[in-house]
Amino acid sequence: MSAPDVDTTRGFLGRTRDIFARMGRHDLWLSFRSKPVVIVAAIVAGVLILSALAAPLIAPHDPYDMASVSLLYAELPPAWVDGGDPAFPLGTDLQGRDMLSTILYGSRTSILVGAAAVALSLVLGVAAGLVAGYGGGVVDSVLMRIADIQLTFPAILIALLFDGVVSAIFSHGSSDQYALLVIILAIGVSNWVLFARVVRSSTLVEKGKDYVKAARVTGVSSLAILLKHILPNTLGPVLVIATINLALAILGEATLSFLGVGLPPTQPSLGTLIRIGNEYLFSGAWWMTIFPGVTLILLVLSVNLLGDWLRDALNPKLR
Amino acid sequence: MSEDILAPVLEVDNLHKWFDVSKPPLQRLIERLPRQTLKAVDGVSFRIERGTTFALVGESGCGKSTVAQAVAGLHKPTRGAILFEGIDRDLPRPDGSRPELQMIFQDPFASLNPRWRVRDIIAEPLRVHRLTRSRAETRAAVAELLEQVRLSPADGEKYPHEFSGGQRQRISIARALANKPKFLVCDEPTSALDVSVQAQILNLMKRLQRELGLTYLLISHNLAVIYHMADELGVMYLGRLVETGPAREIFNRPRHPYTQLLLDTIPDISLDRPHRTFLKGEVPSPIAPPPGCTFHPRCPHANDRCRTEPPRLESFGGVKVACHAVGEGRIVPAVREWRPAARRTPVRRVSPVARPA
Repeated sequence: MSAPDVDTTRGFLGRTRDIFARMGRHDLWLSFRSKPVVIVAAIVAGVLILSALAAPLIAPHDPYDMASVSLLYAELPPAWVDGGDPAFPLGTDLQGRDMLSTILYGSRTSILVGAAAVALSLVLGVAAGLVAGYGGGVVDSVLMRIADIQLTFPAILIALLFDGVVSAIFSHGSSDQYALLVIILAIGVSNWVLFARVVRSSTLVEKGKDYVKAARVTGVSSLAILLKHILPNTLGPVLVIATINLALAILGEATLSFLGVGLPPTQPSLGTLIRIGNEYLFSGAWWMTIFPGVTLILLVLSVNLLGDWLRDALNPKLR
Repeated sequence: MSEDILAPVLEVDNLHKWFDVSKPPLQRLIERLPRQTLKAVDGVSFRIERGTTFALVGESGCGKSTVAQAVAGLHKPTRGAILFEGIDRDLPRPDGSRPELQMIFQDPFASLNPRWRVRDIIAEPLRVHRLTRSRAETRAAVAELLEQVRLSPADGEKYPHEFSGGQRQRISIARALANKPKFLVCDEPTSALDVSVQAQILNLMKRLQRELGLTYLLISHNLAVIYHMADELGVMYLGRLVETGPAREIFNRPRHPYTQLLLDTIPDISLDRPHRTFLKGEVPSPIAPPPGCTFHPRCPHANDRCRTEPPRLESFGGVKVACHAVGEGRIVPAVREWRPAARRTPVRRVSPVARPA
């Protein structure tokens, strides 16, 4: 089923159509189409991420705009419950902010922090794991001892430490400006160890295999062996860890915000919404914590399912 | 070119490969342990003429695979040299070229990257050495290689797991042939395969040797495979060669007691050799080899000299043997009666599990 080469004699439209036709026959797309659960997960994740990105356009209210917020509307239940106001479909919080809008803006922050932090720990961890596993010897010992030391501290402590150090450097009143960047760095740096360990162990397994020896006999450079042979064979578990880590990163951000070193309260995130709402759960205002919670669960679950599928779809043996 | 034909393609000169297997430094210091070296290969020399097959045989752990990997460049020799066409293979060459040498591995399930399509696997040597100029040229070269090993060019689109062990071994042979090497190191190329497939692979190797003028270094513990393939033979024991020479001569007149015992272990369906003696005991540890001749604990002919003085390889009628008992005339070559009927059988019908005669 070799795909035909792109026909360069036809115009731009023809070429574009050819590229799409080739994509339509790609293994990944075929595997995607045959799995209803994956399609649902992709739709849910897509809707959540897109609506979060488009929050300023689709949100009925602006939670940052203090002028539009009124305590008169505080603690309103969702619209379909007695006493609800149709202007606030999911109810309002303590300050009278619209829950739907805060959730939309909140997931924007959460997704950004989670994705960026996971990407950072993934890059750091995979690079360290590959180098340690393939290099061996002193490099391996040094990198893994650093990882061991870091593992003895809870990740949140590392993040706190990092956050503290960076905030001290940028202490000239502008820390709110850098809060987002600092929290991404803090969470990213505190989570690389897991990636490094997993990648190192599979690198150790893969580098002893005969296909790596065959590449060495052929004269393939070490860098090419690492990137083209070993890396693709270690990425399976990494994808799954990354999706689980996305949930952990979002929760980590919530914890840091709770401890007061994360994002300022003026910048809502799913984690802070859940935590604040949690305090009013027993006073009957269930909507304040349930809706952000459900959003977080849906987001994490759908991303996890997609990660699981991607791991299987990228493994030729299961195709 | 004329003198090239006579010169050996490969010359292994006094090859040593020792591995440091000491405990970690801290533990050594506390428990006052000495450093330990594993002498996997301990002074092996041989040469391989162009277009021939040199086989190394021996039990597990005798160092034959280490020799193969050193020849392929996967291990740097501790001492000694490996000359490929007269040039030390481990020295960088002024023109940046590499020895034209490839390797076939034992386990066809581990020697192909599971995430690469077969066409990419076979094309890798072409890409690395920039032997083709365009994508179409690479594709044509891959198709030709696949046909050379009796696979279909359409198989290039598949992944390794879609093939059987024998087909995978064909793929790894195709990859090994891609950059047109002169020399192939074959480390147990058939021992992971079904018996019915072994003969196909061996015959493919023979045909390729004939057609392309290849030279083989064949590693095997299967005497039947060696009988089928080898021109020259080296018998290894604990990192040393104990007997080396023309394969037929060694099979017909094994001189070294180890070779004799090794050949005796070949199962014989007709049961006409009632005096078979089996090889007793285990190979001693190469970390602490026995003094003198390393074979003496298992040798029925060992005397005091064997227990103290290591024997050197000496020539006996075209064959070199390292044994005091042979040198002193204490043992005579055992003459084997290989079945003439089996010898007349065309080579391609000899099943590699049957008695190699």
